[in-house]
Parts: sequence; C-alpha cells; structure tokens
Amino acid sequence: MAIAKVLGIETEYGIAGGPDYDPITSSSIIVNAYAQQGRTRINWDFDGETPEMDARGRVDLTSFAPIVETHLANTVLTNGARLYVDHAHPEYSSPECRTPLEGTLYDAAGEEIMRRALGIANDSLDPAQAITLYKNNSDGKGNSYGTHENYLVRRDVEFAHLVRAMVPHFVSRQVVIGAGKVGAETEAALEFNPPFQLSQRAEFFEEIVGLETTLKRPIINTRDEPHSDPERFRRLHVIIGDANMSQVATFVKLGSTALLLAALEEFGPLSFPAQPRSPVHAVRAFSRDLTLRESVPCDDERSRSAWDFQDELWHVARDYVVRTGASAVAEPDEVELIMTQWREMLDGVLDDRDAVADRVDWVAKLRVVNGYQERYSLSDHDAKLRAIDLQYHDLRPTHSLAQRVGLRNLCRDVAVREAVHNPPFSTRAYFRGQCVARFPEQIVAANWDSVVFDLGEGPLQRVPMLDPLRGTHDLTSELLETSATASELLDALDR
Amino acid sequence: MSERERIQKQRSERASNTASEVSVDATKGDQLKADLDDLLDEIDEVLEENAEEFVRNYVQKGGE
Repeated sequence: MAIAKVLGIETEYGIAGGPDYDPITSSSIIVNAYAQQGRTRINWDFDGETPEMDARGRVDLTSFAPIVETHLANTVLTNGARLYVDHAHPEYSSPECRTPLEGTLYDAAGEEIMRRALGIANDSLDPAQAITLYKNNSDGKGNSYGTHENYLVRRDVEFAHLVRAMVPHFVSRQVVIGAGKVGAETEAALEFNPPFQLSQRAEFFEEIVGLETTLKRPIINTRDEPHSDPERFRRLHVIIGDANMSQVATFVKLGSTALLLAALEEFGPLSFPAQPRSPVHAVRAFSRDLTLRESVPCDDERSRSAWDFQDELWHVARDYVVRTGASAVAEPDEVELIMTQWREMLDGVLDDRDAVADRVDWVAKLRVVNGYQERYSLSDHDAKLRAIDLQYHDLRPTHSLAQRVGLRNLCRDVAVREAVHNPPFSTRAYFRGQCVARFPEQIVAANWDSVVFDLGEGPLQRVPMLDPLRGTHDLTSELLETSATASELLDALDR
Repeated sequence: MSERERIQKQRSERASNTASEVSVDATKGDQLKADLDDLLDEIDEVLEENAEEFVRNYVQKGGE
C-alpha cells in the first residue's frame, strides 16, 4: 500500500546587489526584512537535524556531510514554512503539503514572500545598493544552488528499489520540467559547446547515488533525515530539479514524481523502465539534446531517449492510477489533471512546442532566446541571450521575463496571497503555522517535527509532531480555537 | 456529515480555490506568435541596460 505523498519544495534564490555586494549580508537583509515586519521572530530549532545520516545505513567517509549553519537568519512563518539564509542564499522551504497542487500553491507563495521581502528590504536601501532575487539554479559560471523536493516514502521500501525505479525519471523528466539554460558552464558540458540546454542543473550531476549536495552531486541523494518517525517514514530528498517559473511545470514535477513513488510502494520496481547504463552520461546528454531523440543504452539492452523514458513512466503512473485510484497522491480530479498535463507537455515538446510554450519553461525561454537571436542576428553566446536567461527568473515584476511570456497560472492570485499567511489544512504544518500566528510570544523555536514553548515558568515544553499527517486542521483546529493561551493549549494537549 | 465526508468536502473546496480552469484554446498558436513578436518589440526596455556587465557581475556562491 502506498502512503500519503506528503511533499514540499525548498528553493535557494540567486541574489545580487546589496550594501557591500556580499551575498550573505544581502540574504540576511532579505530574511530579516520579512521576519521583522511587525511579527515576533521565531527561531528555527536545530534539534533533530542530522544531515550526515545516510539512507544506505552507513556513512561514506570520502564524502563530506553538509554543514548546518546555526548562526544565520532563520525563521518560521505563519504559513508553516521556513525562511532562512542557507550558505549565501535566501531560502524558502515550503510547509509540508498533502497534494501536488497544494505544493505548487505554497511554492508560489514562497515566490510572493521573497518578492515582498525584496520590496521591504529595498525600501530601506539606497537605490544604488538595491538587492535583486532570481528563482534560478546557476550563475552561468559553474556555481549552482538548489531547488529540492521532498516526498514522504514508506521506510520499508528498499533503498536499492528507490534507486532502480527513480533514476530513469530523474534523468529524463527535464524534457517536460527543465527550466532551460543558455550555454554551458562546467568542463564536461563546455566540451560540447551547446547553445541551449533543457536543464539548469543537469550538467552539475556527477554521481548516481550519494550523500552530498554541493560537491559531486548525486542523481539520488541519500540524506536520511526523515523529520518524522524514522521507523515508519523516509523523506526522499530530491536534489536534481530546476526551479520552475511555470506553475504547471511545478505541478507536473511534483505530481509525476509523487505518482511514481506511490506506484513503487504499491507494486515494486519491476514495472519501471530499465536504468540507463550510465545515468550521469544520460542526464547530461539529454540536457543538451534539443531534438529529444538521442537515446542511450539501458540495462535491458534497449536504448531509450529521455522522451521514451517519460512515455514509459507516464504509462507506469497511468497503470497505478487505473488500478488504485491514486488516493495516496490526491483526489481523482487532481490526479487526472496531473496525468493530462504531463501527457500534453510530453506530446507537445515533441510535436508542437508552441502548444506547450505556456507551460514548459525551457520551451518558453527558448522561444524568446531564438526570437531575439534571429531578430538581431546574434551569435549563440551573445551576452544579451544570457541576460534573457537570467531575467527569465528575475523576481521583480519590472524585470521578469517569465511574467511576460504568457505562462499559464494554476493558482489564483487570491489563493497565493492567502497561502503567504495561512498554513495548509492538510498536514502538521497547520499546527505549526497556527501556533506561530497565535502564540508568537510563547514559542521560542520550531522545526519540522516539533514546536517549543516557553511559558515563562518551568522548563521549555516541546510538542513533538512525528507524524506529518497529524496536526491537521481537522485534528487540531477546535483545540486551537478553544485555547485562549499557549498554556491552555498545552494543558489540552496533555489531556 | 461523517468525518470522512467532511474532509473530502473541505479538500475539494480548497482545491477549487486554487485550481483555475486549464483549458486549451485552438487559436493559441497564432496568439502566442503575436505575443512573442510583441515581447520582442519591447524586450529591450526590460532587459538590463548593459547585458555584458550584468551577465559578468552575476556571480553566485554555490549552495545547498
């Protein structure tokens, strides 16, 4: 049986400008600007963070565990999200969501939060020092930063099966959800001098499986930090994804991946297409192949293109939906929307790109790049084309190209505005966000699986939330409504 | 109303708050082409003035 695919997206935003052009200072200004707008700052609680734990059950001493920086700006929002400085980027980690559509909404809310933070920060800065933010994944010079997805997976799914089933998807899904990139920036890709790639991130991947996220990036990341009951749950931390400007692409990214993980839990890995013999070669080669027809040899002696993989995987998902209803992922209407959009995008990128230029980021970006290049007869590597690439991801409405290419919205503006402040009803993020909104003075810290209260007397009290599906609106709204104080809430929880 | 029905009702209400109609318009191809031409007409007003310098100065530290 598949379990509920609780999911979310963490996005590190590119940042430029600021008082001394220092990205750490500028990132702190962004996070603090938003955190201090009339609300009490609540710190992130690092207890329970174990980024060095490896899902394969052993720690590879040749790889470096990620460093958790505890001194940088770090806060919890009333919508249940975490907003903080990660290395030298402002990062928004969405609250846990119950469905791909909800995940898309809270990703859009993250964009809006960054846009608001940017506005507040720049109001207090000299215009010459203004900060700009980009929802992208690389600077074009060999530096990449991540957009990571997280999915709740049953602990008893063998890790080897996860690798076997999901590698084909992670190397090939860029044909529908790649964000597109002008040129190349790593030695391995520069060798081929591609004018354009499907993916921002593909060329940065060097391993199939591993613990790292910043060096030797693996297609499957083994960080084993479930942020929930480790006996029952695994959190699959997916680091191989682009930041999408298209909401439909975000939705299909979350939806297709969640459906395939649920299909794996339900039926095992045998119905999935065989892995490419060299997944690292495949993910890079697919990214450079705008014809979508280049195929790679696979473990079953067949050859497949990225498109072939996606077509087979769509059928794996379809089979799972038909046989089970896919309630682990979403209600029937939403599941149908995932399947039809995924199918249309897949058919469109092959046969009719104009038809999906309103949904597929790389197609939308490439149309502008090609159009501009043709109009002014520019070379493939003209700085103007790279500027178009960067500004596709610019968050400022005055400079954003993504806002001008006619991308189709999936979330209504009013819903996004509500999601900026309010948590999803469907997971423990509801309880976290509500506690932060109602009792900011009494909460000293919070993290994914607990909220810590200081009532002024006695020891600090930690409320654990080890099940992502507890702490929902249904389970806790009455309790929250009837508790006038944090003390009453804690008393009621004890009963 | 049973607990289960109530959950489903809330879910579908929330879903309808977020999902707008996703429909395909037959004339979209022509419209897209016209829109692209319009965008290319005005893009220089949106693009950073000195593309060379803008692209060169956009340097990030790696993250994650």
